Amino acid sequence: MESVTPILEFKKTCVSYTKQTMAVKYVSAAIERNTITAIMGPSGCGKSTLLRAVNLMHSLYQNIRVDGEILLNGENILSMEPIDVRRRVGMVFQRPAPFPTMSIYDNVLSGFSLNGIKLSKAEKDTTVERCLKSVALWDEVKDVLNKKGTFLSGGQQQRLCIARALAMKPDVLLMDEPTSALDPIATKHIEELLLDLQKEVTILIVTHNMGQAKRISSKSMFMYLGELVEYGDTETMFTNPIDERTKAYLTGKMG
Amino acid sequence: MNDKLYRIILFVAALIVPIVCGGVVYALVTDAYDAFEHFGFLNFLTSSQWSYTAGNEQYGALPFITGTLMTALLALVFCIPFSLPVALFVGEYFRGTKVASVLSTVTDLLAGIPSIIYGLWGFFTLRPILMALDISPQGSGVLTASLVLAIMIIPYVASLSAEFIKMVPNDLKEGAYSLGATRAEVIRKIIFPVAGSGIFSSYVLAIGRALGETMTVTMLIGNTNNIPDSIQSTGNSMASIIANQFGEADDLRLSSLIAIGLVLFLITALINMIGKMMIKRARIV
Repeated sequence: MESVTPILEFKKTCVSYTKQTMAVKYVSAAIERNTITAIMGPSGCGKSTLLRAVNLMHSLYQNIRVDGEILLNGENILSMEPIDVRRRVGMVFQRPAPFPTMSIYDNVLSGFSLNGIKLSKAEKDTTVERCLKSVALWDEVKDVLNKKGTFLSGGQQQRLCIARALAMKPDVLLMDEPTSALDPIATKHIEELLLDLQKEVTILIVTHNMGQAKRISSKSMFMYLGELVEYGDTETMFTNPIDERTKAYLTGKMG
Repeated sequence: MNDKLYRIILFVAALIVPIVCGGVVYALVTDAYDAFEHFGFLNFLTSSQWSYTAGNEQYGALPFITGTLMTALLALVFCIPFSLPVALFVGEYFRGTKVASVLSTVTDLLAGIPSIIYGLWGFFTLRPILMALDISPQGSGVLTASLVLAIMIIPYVASLSAEFIKMVPNDLKEGAYSLGATRAEVIRKIIFPVAGSGIFSSYVLAIGRALGETMTVTMLIGNTNNIPDSIQSTGNSMASIIANQFGEADDLRLSSLIAIGLVLFLITALINMIGKMMIKRARIV
């Protein structure tokens, strides 16, 4: 079993915003390829902070320190160029934010245009179609590809943002509460989509919604006050949590 | 009772402002009427004659309209390469740091310097330099005036543009970074397109300021009454011809100067209105 390198591995990963306080404390965990792993925990437990460490978002801000190691296919990303890491690790944020000055078509291709990568017209067309199909948006927007992405509904916008991330063919997709700004129907669509997508990409998703974690993830992490309290099969965690704190959170006594 | 009195005082005080404004416009129009009646409105605007030989007086505003537009537009061109970097520096690169606050304070200080000081500096420092470098033979002229004007409008453009750059949502910037974009690409492909209309409107408002600036231009433009044929030549702007001649003018010449003032007022009001409208639109997005 141990012979297979995990796609992503945290080794004593720490993140601190100030010298005195650590937001993420010595997290160690290995993420399996082509799975959905949910990160749960009460507000302020460091789950988003941990997620954002994976594509080096913290390096955009001064004063944030990331220590330890984060291995992507066995390579420590903390010593890699942020730009290379971010092309291999996509991210979808809490609020859907398609680029307002770009059309739907250009939004899907924004990863290429932002990086100055030139594609032929045919490559562009196939990429747009492939990505929009994989987020189940193609049928809804194929006739309005030249319209601005901001005309779409919230759920459609979020799917467009997922398509934008998928266009770069990332190894890992990070999702920071991607459905918290969406209504239940749009949420359901996204969840079905994620179950489908795990064939292509490994997904790490931060969620406040325990039902969502239960429905889509095969592995779950529970974080509390910056520590990784428990990590294991989602089913086991929900039916038979080892740690008292996990139990308290899952039964609604904490959080 | 008290409340009623309070309301009356407020009402009267608030009414005075539009009355004064209306009075200014009324005075301008009545005093300018002679000139417009004598030369015809369109003819006055398009004539380049400015001669006060008694018996054959000819007054036209074209040289001064040209001078005003040339100085204002040139000033705008000169200020872009300085104000845009300051705006990016304060609004994006070093946003929220000490360096940025020092820079924006210094830039704002520029706005507080009286225009006579700019005029003196332009006259005694910049003019000799331009002459020594053989850029401008007389030293004074459209070029000199617009260089100093450019410095004067930098603070307005820079601080307003920085506001619009700051308004670009973090979601969009992080979204672009998460796709592997570099900072330069985020600025070029996300920040500029999104903040573009706001930045543009700050330039429109700056033109409004440059059009009416009087003291500096009067000191530096060279005070001649012909249409400037190059950027080195001397001329007069609408504001500077009034400042240069109002003391010695009477009758038709005075009326013509006031007519120029009215035209300047209309152009400035129009530009300011366009700028404010654009800002409102840019804020919605």
